[in-house]
Amino acid sequence: MAPRQGSLKLVNTERIKSRGAFAVVEARVMIFMKYLPALLSVAVANPFLYLLAVGVGVGKLINAHSGGVDGVKYLTFLAPALLATAAIQNALDEVVFPTLEGFKWNKSFFAINATPISGKQIANGVLLAAMTRVLFSVTVYGTIIYLFHGFTTARGWLAIPTALAAGAAFGAFIMGLAAWTKNDDTFLMVLNRFVIMPLFLFSGTFYQLSSMPIYLRWVGWLSPLWHSTELGRYLTYGHQISPWMFVFHISYIVAMFAFGMRFAHRQFEARLSR
Amino acid sequence: MTNSEVLIEAKQLIKRYGDFTAVAGIDFQVRKGESFGFLGPNGAGKSTTMRIIAATLTRSGGEITILGKDPEKFGPEIKAHLGVVPQMDNLDNALTVEENLYIYGRYFGLSKAFIRPKIEELLDFAQLVEKRSVKVEALSGGMKRRLTIARALVSEPEILMLDEPTTGLDPQARHILWDRLFRLKEQGVTLLITTHYMDEAEQLCDRLMVMDKGSIMAEDSPAGLIKSYSTKEVLEVRFGSDRNAVVAPQLKELCERIEVLPDRILMYADDGEELLHQLNQKGLHPLTSLVRRSSLEDVFLRLTGRTLID
Amino acid sequence: MILDNAVAIAQSRRGHFAEGSYAGRAHVLMERSLMAFKNSAWLAVLSGFFEPVLYLLSFGYGLGHLIGKIPLQNGHVVTYAAYIAPGLLATSAMNGAIYDSTWNVFWKLKFDRIYQGMLQTSLGSVDVALGEIGWALLRGFAYAIGFMCVVVPAGLITNWWAIMAIPAAVLIAFGFASIGMAITSCFTTFQQMDFINVAMLPMFLFSGSFYPLTVYPGYLQGILKALPLWQAIEMVRDFTLGIVTWGILWHVLYFVVMVIFGVTATAKRLTKLFLR
Repeated sequence: MAPRQGSLKLVNTERIKSRGAFAVVEARVMIFMKYLPALLSVAVANPFLYLLAVGVGVGKLINAHSGGVDGVKYLTFLAPALLATAAIQNALDEVVFPTLEGFKWNKSFFAINATPISGKQIANGVLLAAMTRVLFSVTVYGTIIYLFHGFTTARGWLAIPTALAAGAAFGAFIMGLAAWTKNDDTFLMVLNRFVIMPLFLFSGTFYQLSSMPIYLRWVGWLSPLWHSTELGRYLTYGHQISPWMFVFHISYIVAMFAFGMRFAHRQFEARLSR
Repeated sequence: MTNSEVLIEAKQLIKRYGDFTAVAGIDFQVRKGESFGFLGPNGAGKSTTMRIIAATLTRSGGEITILGKDPEKFGPEIKAHLGVVPQMDNLDNALTVEENLYIYGRYFGLSKAFIRPKIEELLDFAQLVEKRSVKVEALSGGMKRRLTIARALVSEPEILMLDEPTTGLDPQARHILWDRLFRLKEQGVTLLITTHYMDEAEQLCDRLMVMDKGSIMAEDSPAGLIKSYSTKEVLEVRFGSDRNAVVAPQLKELCERIEVLPDRILMYADDGEELLHQLNQKGLHPLTSLVRRSSLEDVFLRLTGRTLID
Repeated sequence: MILDNAVAIAQSRRGHFAEGSYAGRAHVLMERSLMAFKNSAWLAVLSGFFEPVLYLLSFGYGLGHLIGKIPLQNGHVVTYAAYIAPGLLATSAMNGAIYDSTWNVFWKLKFDRIYQGMLQTSLGSVDVALGEIGWALLRGFAYAIGFMCVVVPAGLITNWWAIMAIPAAVLIAFGFASIGMAITSCFTTFQQMDFINVAMLPMFLFSGSFYPLTVYPGYLQGILKALPLWQAIEMVRDFTLGIVTWGILWHVLYFVVMVIFGVTATAKRLTKLFLR
């Protein structure tokens, strides 16, 4: 057995202060690597099925009756919205479950917090790990859209970072809420049925937001999905938006990210010291 | 005791899972009003035997009757006589304390008019009156256990079966639970208990069956077992992790029997103090020493060569 | 006579149907569900009602403009909202039943071990299966009525046959709940449970809730028509749009077979699970 050195010598607290979050990322990645086959198949199957069923299937009816939407074929119109939806959905899955697990189900965050790693670093680590998975699935999604001829220019690939940004922004905020909630069952149900689903249905995903009655459009205005979709449509097929709106969409996502991170940090710190 | 009615009788009871034999042909009888314990380490076949009695597991061979009936033919009728407290609580987390008691009575087909006053009685027994409207998720481990026991009593069963009733509870919660079980015993309820805790077996059981690897090693009252399989007292000595094995041959000459455990040596004798004195005279000075009375732990060690909790 | 003694009650079942696995008390399970519902599940149940309504609002209104009218086999045309409404009703009946009988049952089976507690009593596995499925049906019935209360005032229903969509939705819930429970009782891990989602998504997307199967090539149509969700949607759609022929009986038969198979398999599996 090697001679005992002692923690004073072994543990580098300065290094943990600057890099603690990466240890959390490593832990998260170790966990989801165990489900790699499932993650891979979902990442490929989901875009394929949605594009085929809605993009091609519903698209056939729309292209026949209206000749497409916003001057392009329905699939081209729909694809950026599905891309942004996937980014947000994946980000939420990958922050909400680990957070509920870490605070409630197996309390692993309290164990991590017993090391020099702080609550903020745990939050950063969880989000960063989530975004690596989102980056992967969104890239697969983008490639499949490309194969379906959803976009044809090099600029179209830029819709991937905008989708990713929306996922990170909303993910950060919801991660804070997941750290705050004490009632996990109700939280998950409300999140799925009263937040994600209405956002998916009313953010101008399947048709232009302007074709909704005015009293329903506010859902889209608040929704990171709509802002990201508008940017995506601009990038993939040149959907018309004014420079002001372009800046506004980006600012909205950035602001949501900044606010979300702050909120999540506070909630993590508060929950760990409660 | 010996004259009273036999409630449970097993002959050559066997349970196999593929190649593995969990229960290897055991015989036992449980009489009305007695408190009968299955003692043994994890995997001894205690819980398997309990589940066969509870009519939730089919046996692979042998005979068993509960109140004269075969559990495989009269499952529901036998279950109606039993109150079952499983090793892991299976309370209904979606319901409150009170609702758990109520619905369990309904599972037995009891009428609301019967259950309502019964709930009050059971809440009182389980010391959960103030928690009646609380969801069971919010209860402590000890409270959950008491509620599970109260729930098992809703049908006024002939036999209460408890599988490791105090595993995982803190000392205070264990004592409260033992007190409650003692009261039931006084009321004449037949108790069937599995445990790997010696103190629990000594406290609660009139008669014990020591099991290991699916077989019965011995069967008697706790005091009887100690008398047959151990000495009156035990001297526990420690010489430090490396020296225990070295001094063991020297110690063996001084007493009836010794057991060398990883961390200490047990020396069996009728007078422990006297033995320690002899030890010192021979120039052997242990780091620590302790004289105590023999317990079921020593019985088990003698019977199987192993400690109960490893 | 009121039997208050658990033993007498158990003995009174001697010689009855499925003695040993059925105590004739499935309704007690529903009593339990009702209590759990009052405690906390009501929000989840309520949200299940909103789901099809929100889809109808979003797709019917938004996509309706882009798609226009849908031609039916009998030569009539209907609005897009009227076309998808029955599909959404059938889908929500399926979703509610599947959720109740899979995730919910799995949780009770593996984590709360509630069924274990029930089967320690003189209840049998058939009581548990019927009681849980019964609750799923009650829920399906409530959803169907709720949905009708939205689509009728919205002018999407114009004939009296549509009232038959309510029992149809209950039958659909019955079929899916019994199959769902049978499948769940075979699963042991959460990862296996994910297969249910994997199977549900393509069925939901391709079974013709949102457009006629005629957009697909013939061989694919044949495969999709064999799926339970297509059968469900066609059955409800025939009623709400008033295209009633004897052919509907085939859909009904399809679900009756599903129910018989599912209930039998579930009771068998539960008995096996708890009486190894």
